[in-house]
Parts: sequence; structure tokens; C-alpha cells
Amino acid sequence: MTAPSGRYGLAQAVRMEWIKLRSLRSTWWTLLVTAAGTVGIGVAVGLNTRDASGDVTNNALAGVVPGLLLTGVLGVLSMTGEYSSGTIRATLAAIPRRPLVLLAKAVVFGFVTLLVGEAASFTAFLAVRATLRHGVAAPALGDPGVLRAVAVTGAGFCLIGLLGLGLGAIVRHSAAAVGVLVAGVYVGAQAFGILAHGVAAYMPILIVENSLSTTRPVTCGTGAASCPDFLSAGAGLGVLALYAALALVAGGWLLARRDA
Amino acid sequence: MIEARNLTRRYGRTVAVDALSFEVRPGSVTGFLGPNGSGKSTTMRLILGLDRPHAGEARIGGRRYRELRWPLREVGALLEAKAFHPGRSARSHLAALATANAIPRARVDEVLEQVGLAGAAGRRAGTFSLGMGQRLGVAAALLGDPAVLLLDEPVNGLDPEGVRWIRELLRSLAAQGRTVFVSSHLIAEMALTAERLVVIGRGRLLADTTVAELSAGSGSLEDAFFRLTGATADYRANPAAEAAS
Repeated sequence: MTAPSGRYGLAQAVRMEWIKLRSLRSTWWTLLVTAAGTVGIGVAVGLNTRDASGDVTNNALAGVVPGLLLTGVLGVLSMTGEYSSGTIRATLAAIPRRPLVLLAKAVVFGFVTLLVGEAASFTAFLAVRATLRHGVAAPALGDPGVLRAVAVTGAGFCLIGLLGLGLGAIVRHSAAAVGVLVAGVYVGAQAFGILAHGVAAYMPILIVENSLSTTRPVTCGTGAASCPDFLSAGAGLGVLALYAALALVAGGWLLARRDA
Repeated sequence: MIEARNLTRRYGRTVAVDALSFEVRPGSVTGFLGPNGSGKSTTMRLILGLDRPHAGEARIGGRRYRELRWPLREVGALLEAKAFHPGRSARSHLAALATANAIPRARVDEVLEQVGLAGAAGRRAGTFSLGMGQRLGVAAALLGDPAVLLLDEPVNGLDPEGVRWIRELLRSLAAQGRTVFVSSHLIAEMALTAERLVVIGRGRLLADTTVAELSAGSGSLEDAFFRLTGATADYRANPAAEAAS
């Protein structure tokens, strides 16, 4: 067996990570449940929507918030599972340049969760459109802000998934990393929502709820004084991407320096 | 060829590997002997770049592991613990490793056949017995047809037939001119498998010799081993207490 010229690189690492991701049954179950939950909850909320003046698109995307948790956890496990099983040693024996491993995981996992996220987001929207009742007019993708809301919400799955992947590389233990993810994404949002309105707008889950999945700026009606200024869709997407990037860079830095 | 030069690694205040230097040459099986906790696994991890040395370095064919162009084609390693995901099949595990180093896919089925796992290739590896897991580890080590092999306690969990299989496999790999470095705490097994020996205790080199040379001065290789490592073992049953019980 003669060795090809050159050296292993990102292309080889990406192919390895793709085989690893798709060869676990749990990957497909988790993604299926993510998509089904997103669509199912959206339809349930849509069926109970009576206020035609509200943001019906936002209601249709209500299932995204619980759905995101699963992609985040899947992201965590795709890294921590390597440590709990010992696969990390085989992985790093094949690709000793460690940041390349995490980069390849991010490429593969980001691509898969983007596809699944967009599919879930669009399916939820279209399913809600088809099932609305109480005389609520169905929004169309051509209406102002609707296509953008549905599309960037789908991207939210990918970014929370990558955040989970980065956290997995930082924390390395499944339970602890999932704990950090849930605390950071869900619990933290509640705490900051109550304690510090200014910061609340930057909490991942509130970005998804109030910046990405809305067709118009969120207002708080009469309680406007106690309502944070939520980010625009573009800024929200940017902040989420920044969180994911920071987690991945920190995770990659630690991966390269720590014993495996 | 594996070279360790002044290899040193501490964990907290414990010195696991202490200025260790040795060479492992191609063409014969070199046994890596030492009591439990003497630093064998740490040394293997340092050679593979999984842990970082605090001083010194290890080179394989003149290069550090991290500098290898297609690592699995140059070095095959079996580490003590399992290194595969329980939810993944043996075939997928090997296919992922193969593609990472541009190893032809046909090689996956070849090594599965070679280690006797062809019939279980599609099963989730989590259902494997300890011995089957070891065989999968050996398959991963052989995948890239490497000139250098490192195996940490490969006979752990193997039945007598498996032990004999490993022994013959290692000897035939060495006979093909490969460098075979295999750790064990089973002296009798090493006496049958290895020609050369690197013996360590408390992370330090005690002997870099041949099986024949080391056993020459003593009744057996085991006696020679105890004479050599007697001062370095971390713990030892108290003969007086044993006699009293």
C-alpha cells in the first residue's frame, strides 16, 4: 500500500467526521425528533392562535425553542462522546493536528444542522399555514419579513448546535457540558430576563425568540418601559454566530493544549 | 524505529516518566515491561503525542508524531482502554479512520478479516466482548499497514486462543521487518513473544536488553524481572503478613 503524496488535511478530517456522525443511530433519531418537535409544537400553537393581529409567523416558529435544545445537546455529545468512549485517542492518532478535528466537526455538524434546521423551520411554517383556523389569515413567505424570519430561524439551529459543539470541547464531560448549555441558553435567559433587561436581549434563546423568529420588532405593549430593546434579525444572528465562534475557538485552543 | 530521548512527564507532583531514553529497532518484537504504575502507558501516550512531555521528546522514524504526513500509514497503535464508540459498528469505526488517512476502503474489510471480526463488522461495537474490542483495536492498528506498531497490553481480555493469535501476529509483523513495541505486565507472555526488552520502574529505565541476556543471570525471566524492579515497585504484599494469615 503506497502512501499518496501530500498530507492529511481538512478534506480528510471532514470525511472522517461525516462517517462518524452518520454512523451513529442516535444522530438521526435526535435530528428527527428535533424536526418533528419543531413542526408539532408550531402546529399546536398555530391551531390555538386566535389573534390575527399578532405575529402569526412567530407563533408558527414557537417549536424552535425546545427543538434547539436537542441540536445543542447533539453538538455537545458529538464532542463529549469521543471522550466518554475513548474514540478521541483514535481520532487524534489519525489527525494529530487537533484544531483540524474540531474544525472538521464544525463543518460537518454545522452543515447537517443547517439543513435540518431550515427544513424544520420551513416545514413548521408551511404546516401552520395549512392548519390555521379561527379565521386567522395565513401569512405568506412573500409577506414582509416572513421569509427572513423563517430562514434565519433555521440558521439558529445550526448556531446553537455549534455552540454546543464548542462547549463540548471545552467541558469534555457530557453531563457537565449539557448542564452548561442548558444553563447558558435557557436558565440564564430567564434569570437575566428578570434581573437585567439590557443584557436579556443578548441571551441566546431570547435572540431566537425575539430577534430571529419575528417578522416585526417585538414590542411589549403598555409595559414598554420594562421591555428590553431586542436585537434586529441580522444583529441577533451575528451575536449567536459570535457565541458559537467563541466557544469553538476556546474549545479548539484547549483541545490543542490539554492531554487527550 | 522509535526513539525516546530524555522523555519526562509529571502529573502534579508525581513523576510518571523520568528522563527516559531508549530505542526500539525494527525487525523484532520489543517488550515493554514494568510493574503497574511504572509509566508504560504514559510513555506510549507521549510517543503518540496524546500527552505532552515536560522535557525530552519521542521520535518515530526520525519525526515527532505530530509531524507525520499520514500517521496511520506509519504508526499503528492499540491503547489499553477501548477507543471506539459503543454505538458505532466496527466497520464504520474503521472506515472513518481509513478515510482520515486516505487508506483504501477495501483495507477495512481486509483487517476485519485478519482479526476475525468479519462476521461482526456490522454490529454495534458496544455489544462486543472485551476480547472482540481488543481485536477491533488491533484491526485499527493494522489498518494503515504501518511499519511501526505500538500495543499497550494487547492480551488483556483475550482467551488463550486470542493470546496465542496475538503472539503469532506480533512475531510475524516483526519478521516482516516492522518495529513492534508491546507493553505488558505478563512476564511469561513477554518471554514467549519478545526478543528485546525495555524494562522501566517508576518512570526510569532499568534495562534495555534482550530476553536472552536478561534471563541469563537468573533462573527465569521472572526472577530477573523481580531482581531488576524490586526497588521500584510502588507496593508489594508483605510476605510476613501473608505467611501469618
